[in-house]
Amino acid sequence: MSSNTNTVEYVKKDLPASVNKIGIALLIAGLLIIVFSYFVDNTRSAFNNLILLMFLTSIGLGSLFLVAIEYLGGAVWSTPFRRVSEFLAAVLIVVPIIAIPVYLNLHSIFHWTHTDVVAADPILSGKSAYLNETFFAVRVVVFFALWLLFYFLITKNSKKQDETKDQNLTTRNIKLSAVFMPIFALTITFASIDWIMSLNPHWFSTIFGVYYFTGSLLAALAAGTFIIVMLNEKGYLIKGLKKDHYYSLGALLFAFTNFWAYIAFSQFMLIWYANLPEETVFFMDRLHGSWVYVSIGLIFIRFIIPYAGLLSQPSKMNAKNLKFFSLWILFAHFYDLYWLIMPSYSKEGFVLGWMELGFPLLAVGIIILVFSIKSKKENLIPIGDPKLQRGLDFRL
Amino acid sequence: MSDKILYSYTGLFDTPDEIIHAAGKTADEGYKKFDINTPYPVHGMDDAMKLKPSRLGYFALVFGLSGTFATVLLMTWMTAFDYPIVIGGKPFFAFPAFVPIIFEVTVLAASVATVLTMLFVFFKFPNNSHPLHDTDYMKAVTSEKYGISIQAEDELFNEEKVKNFLQALGAKNITPVYFDNEELNVKHAVFEPKFISLLAVVFILVSGATYITLNKLMFITPFNWMMEQSKTIVQESNVLFADGFGMRNPVAGTVPRDQIPYKYKGDPEGAGENLANPLIPSKEVFALGEVKYNTYCSPCHGFHAEGDSRLRGQFPNPPSMHSEKVRNWSDGRLFHVITEGQNIMPAYSSQLSREERWAVVLYIRALQRSLNAKESDLQ
Repeated sequence: MSSNTNTVEYVKKDLPASVNKIGIALLIAGLLIIVFSYFVDNTRSAFNNLILLMFLTSIGLGSLFLVAIEYLGGAVWSTPFRRVSEFLAAVLIVVPIIAIPVYLNLHSIFHWTHTDVVAADPILSGKSAYLNETFFAVRVVVFFALWLLFYFLITKNSKKQDETKDQNLTTRNIKLSAVFMPIFALTITFASIDWIMSLNPHWFSTIFGVYYFTGSLLAALAAGTFIIVMLNEKGYLIKGLKKDHYYSLGALLFAFTNFWAYIAFSQFMLIWYANLPEETVFFMDRLHGSWVYVSIGLIFIRFIIPYAGLLSQPSKMNAKNLKFFSLWILFAHFYDLYWLIMPSYSKEGFVLGWMELGFPLLAVGIIILVFSIKSKKENLIPIGDPKLQRGLDFRL
Repeated sequence: MSDKILYSYTGLFDTPDEIIHAAGKTADEGYKKFDINTPYPVHGMDDAMKLKPSRLGYFALVFGLSGTFATVLLMTWMTAFDYPIVIGGKPFFAFPAFVPIIFEVTVLAASVATVLTMLFVFFKFPNNSHPLHDTDYMKAVTSEKYGISIQAEDELFNEEKVKNFLQALGAKNITPVYFDNEELNVKHAVFEPKFISLLAVVFILVSGATYITLNKLMFITPFNWMMEQSKTIVQESNVLFADGFGMRNPVAGTVPRDQIPYKYKGDPEGAGENLANPLIPSKEVFALGEVKYNTYCSPCHGFHAEGDSRLRGQFPNPPSMHSEKVRNWSDGRLFHVITEGQNIMPAYSSQLSREERWAVVLYIRALQRSLNAKESDLQ
């Protein structure tokens, strides 16, 4: 049952060319709409661009976290499809490019970048030691540098193991993951504070970093689960993945759906109970005008529907159900980010039009393209990993 | 061994892989009533034994949801209908505040009820004499071996066949397990009258002893947190104030609610000249005046204001109110006498409100008219 020598037979199959084509088509369609929408309404597009940035960061960083936590926890069940998360983590390479238009429109997105406004506002001037453009830019660069550094270090070792089958590489990655974990915790917290919470610089919530982390992990898991189930059904992954693996993926999706509700409700209830104006402003914006429907919808889309859909044991093992709710949760994360970010753009009510369409298209296009490019160059299975056979033997 | 009944044939294995293999083979062979005993949960055993998915989850769901709805109803009834209290300026039906309690009760109801269901419905509790107890087989599988036990109840059971089958699987220590008919334990010992009465006696003794010890022998005060509050109490000294008194004087010029300060203290003539009766005579006003007059005035002045006290000389009789002097007094002058008193008559301003005093004045006027009616009154 537990053998560290690998006897797994794996023949690499290339993804069909149509995947690449779909990715390129979505990418081009998305880009066209985005370029056009930037000409029509610069500010609105910049806000949408911020949603896109946060969404892709979620996918990339969340996937990198999943890879790291597998090494750190010594998990074996996820080893046969760890590469999927590694490929998705490559989205991090594209993320800095997405951030450029946001950075160019900093003044129309972030209220605190206007020095005259800050000077007239005692609260904002008190925060200006942290919230100023120079330090903000430094932080952005540091975040991207750290994430990319750990992405390259961890995936390089993993890739090298395919040929050398050197077990020391696993040990090295465990150490790297241990270093990455606190860095991840700090950077994702500060990134969410910088890029989302500071949209309303007067408001603060200490749980916000965890909130964004939960959503990110769900998004990364959902994207991974969908791809894993698809590839496994079409026979691109290794033979021997069972319902037990599906169940574990579904259970993680279910658990983090619950965790999201727990965190989101904790944030809401403390603010509701204390009823302090500097905190309630966040929810007052989101209960104002037509935003109230979006807020109520969030409870159903992000929590109640996926909760009910993934509650029973058979529902977590059913490939069709799992694929549906993976896509659902991905959509729910986009919806959540829209709910977090867009009320800062239009306070009176939610806005939805063709301008909001280009960014999700681009997001899906980027994810598909990054995945297909990576899968062309590398094995879809970490064939040199000493945990692979044990991962295939995994049973509930 | 003739009085013993065969329960099952047991065999032991050394590794979890072997037991998984054995479980799969046994299920393939068509046996339904067999069990696997291992020192720890072996992953993949449910599949290998071809067990149907457990129904326990549905029990958990039903009990959990019962907890949810019961709590919603309980909280709503208590805080919004039965005993509404404003807490932190929140509405009575404050759903977000209920959620943590709903969550806790849901989890509590689901977990406790699931464990009880498992024990009583699935494990047939209180069945405390399972045939496998006190066997060498049980000793082995609770420490280091992995055991299989094929029961005699199974339709395919045949002693020789099962023995050979277990041998073919590679099992060691293949032994039959027997049990006595008495061990069937049809009647549960816990329901015996002797045991029940013992429980009742223990209950009465323990609760009685507790009651006597706590309440009679060593009296422990009941909860008195509401009595001992850190607040300023009148009649007690208090360091917060410079003069050390807990009781405070009202701020100068404070007027009590519903009371107008009396302007003509010690000035009966001023009152007589300047005060006018604000009440419009009506049935209700006269009725009020009558009640108040009979209660407060009649003991000395008499029911008809003739000065015929009902106190039988124990108190000096007042003069009649039908004298010309009193009849010629203005309403304000009468009001002043009731308000401040006169000679040995005390002031009635603390017993009678301003309105009531004016009503009494009107009633006295009516009494006076009854003895000195005008010509016009007769028409």
